[in-house]
Amino acid sequence: MMAIHIHPLERKWLFVIAVIILLTWVVQLYYALNKSTHPPSNVEVIDSVRLHLNDGIGGGEFAETNLGVKRDKNGQLRVTMVAARYSFYPQEIVLPLGESITFRFASFDVLHGLHVPFSNLNSMVVPGYISEVTTEFTREGEFPILCNEYCGTAHAFMYGKIKIVAKEKFKL
Amino acid sequence: MAAIESDVSAIIQSNAQESEHISTAKKLGLWNMWVAFTAFIIALPMGLYQVAERSDLFPALESAQVYYASISTHGVLMAYVFSTFFIMGFGYHTAGYSLQQKLWSTKFAWSGFIIALFGVVLAAIPLLTGNASVMYTFYPPEVGHPIFYIGATLLIVGSWFWSVDMIVAMTQWKKANPGKVVPLVMFGVTINALLWLWTSAGVAAEVVFQIIPVTLGLTETFDPGLARTLFSWTLHAIVYFWLFPAYIVMYSIMPKEAGGKLFSDEMGRVAFVMLFIFSVPIGFHHLYMDPQQAAGWKLLHMFGTFMVAVPTLITGFTILATLEISGRLRGGKGLLGWVSRIKWDNPVVLGTALAMLMLTVGGWGGVINASYSMNSLIHNTQWVPGHFHLIYGGTTVIMYFAVAYWLWPKIIGRALYSNKMALIQLWSWFFGMWITTAPWHILGLLGQPRRVNTLPYDTAIAALWDPYEMVMLAGSLLLTVSGFLFIINLVMTHLNTRKQDDMSVTYAVAVHQPMHVPKLLNSLSFWNWAMLCYMIISYGYPIIQFAFIGTPQSTPWSY
Repeated sequence: MMAIHIHPLERKWLFVIAVIILLTWVVQLYYALNKSTHPPSNVEVIDSVRLHLNDGIGGGEFAETNLGVKRDKNGQLRVTMVAARYSFYPQEIVLPLGESITFRFASFDVLHGLHVPFSNLNSMVVPGYISEVTTEFTREGEFPILCNEYCGTAHAFMYGKIKIVAKEKFKL
Repeated sequence: MAAIESDVSAIIQSNAQESEHISTAKKLGLWNMWVAFTAFIIALPMGLYQVAERSDLFPALESAQVYYASISTHGVLMAYVFSTFFIMGFGYHTAGYSLQQKLWSTKFAWSGFIIALFGVVLAAIPLLTGNASVMYTFYPPEVGHPIFYIGATLLIVGSWFWSVDMIVAMTQWKKANPGKVVPLVMFGVTINALLWLWTSAGVAAEVVFQIIPVTLGLTETFDPGLARTLFSWTLHAIVYFWLFPAYIVMYSIMPKEAGGKLFSDEMGRVAFVMLFIFSVPIGFHHLYMDPQQAAGWKLLHMFGTFMVAVPTLITGFTILATLEISGRLRGGKGLLGWVSRIKWDNPVVLGTALAMLMLTVGGWGGVINASYSMNSLIHNTQWVPGHFHLIYGGTTVIMYFAVAYWLWPKIIGRALYSNKMALIQLWSWFFGMWITTAPWHILGLLGQPRRVNTLPYDTAIAALWDPYEMVMLAGSLLLTVSGFLFIINLVMTHLNTRKQDDMSVTYAVAVHQPMHVPKLLNSLSFWNWAMLCYMIISYGYPIIQFAFIGTPQSTPWSY
């Protein structure tokens, strides 16, 4: 193979580029593998049409009576929510500061998304799938939970409320 | 438009002695690019309206129906119509001039143009009447009128004619000129044509096999998870399809316009090849927050996503070095003395520098988007449209303007109406883009979701947003004025009585113009096979999984 002409200065620059790319890879791998910082990726299916029923895939996890904040048998806080035009259900929840919380979302109709500003609670909610995110909140106060994927002409009106309180003030 | 038609016929007459391939290049170039810029100027004021509507400052404008029809039309026109027709026009022009050979079939080229244009007109009807307010990303299970999808498909099919034309042209030239180096400009155009064939396959599969059958009632349900996966195949690479001509112009037109030479021809080829290979198989950073793909695949795509920074960093170095060479050739001395000697009054040179500045900042913003975990802070917030307006609307489109200022006089034989106006236009576009996109990014960091037509949230956070909305309004007003200045300059050039003296179209020469280059940098077949392998690795399982994970399908919904 023929060699190509590379200026010595450019050779140095290519080295700098390689270092930059390697650094970005290493930092991300470190947080992914060592700190388990992963985006929501559980690949778990559910029948959005039968979401409210106690049979079918999912076994009624998203039936109306089962929504909201609960503690599972391991003591882990779990939030089960339905995203549907044009709100999140339940519409208002209270959660403790600085504790790991697992959220599970399912869509009743179309594509939705959710984001709580100033936090990394962010996920798509795709009909046919359950989205699971585990995170903890680092700021006290009232935050909106906003739909962040276009879901129809009233998309802007799709939001709920999350109130973050100090751990000792939180009770189920 | 009448002026344009008379110009086209004037060209045909006055160039009777001109070789056929040159007049074909001019005609196809001019018609395609006029469609592009017409789409641009229709879509531009919609952007201003959207910023105004969204700010809640003008109660009379409030209408969700009009807003979402407008934003869908703005997106389709700017992202699909403007870009595709510009790239086709630039490609036909480049093929004629750089290869100096006949197009293998002029009829074939015009057929593609007519099919694409017909598709646009078809899609425009439901879009403008509010019957396809599904955004330019049209994610199922929300669906619009079937005519919208059929029109959009025809636009893509028409553009495939162009891709085939470019690939055939380069192949024929290589056969006729064995052992010779394909001109860098045409190497770039052809690899972009091949890139587009790969890129558009994802969305084409989604529309043809999932959406159109459902909207026509042939099938009842589809899987939105599969649809999003197929769309991610297209959604990132398409940005490189748009950006490619900007890079090509920086490498092969700017150096000559600057009165200098290209720093390195070979590194240009390396950058083009890398931009190709790391464009399509990395689309999962658009799906980081999606539940239907597993973390390992997202991590795999992350590696490739960061690799696309390499061709951009190479380009930054080469183009900066090229500008320095031109400044020094024109008498610039010392560490930075060459900067002031650069031909800043040339639109292509000025456009390149302004594009590079926007690319630098926009690129670092892109690093956040590409980050496996940091993405969750900005995903689907206003940060995202802020980012792509800076890279596409800023970096890419400012180069489209620069190309038009350079090409129009050489196509129609009339001098540019006003170079000064062109320079003012480029500067105002540059500042307008900053004033619009800087607050846009900040709104995203402050948590504002994208694609909202009003801000009804009664929280302290929503109150933080207001000042940024006002700044954005000023920025979009400046952009709108700037866009009209551009169109006025082009139309006045058609009406100009002053003849263009320099009709020659020649491309930049490198400091060390290569007589030979390795086969890998002169041919596409290896890279095409490499793309196939890389695509099987990165999209193979993630697509096949939908056959057996048993997703309960979705029915279509209106919006």
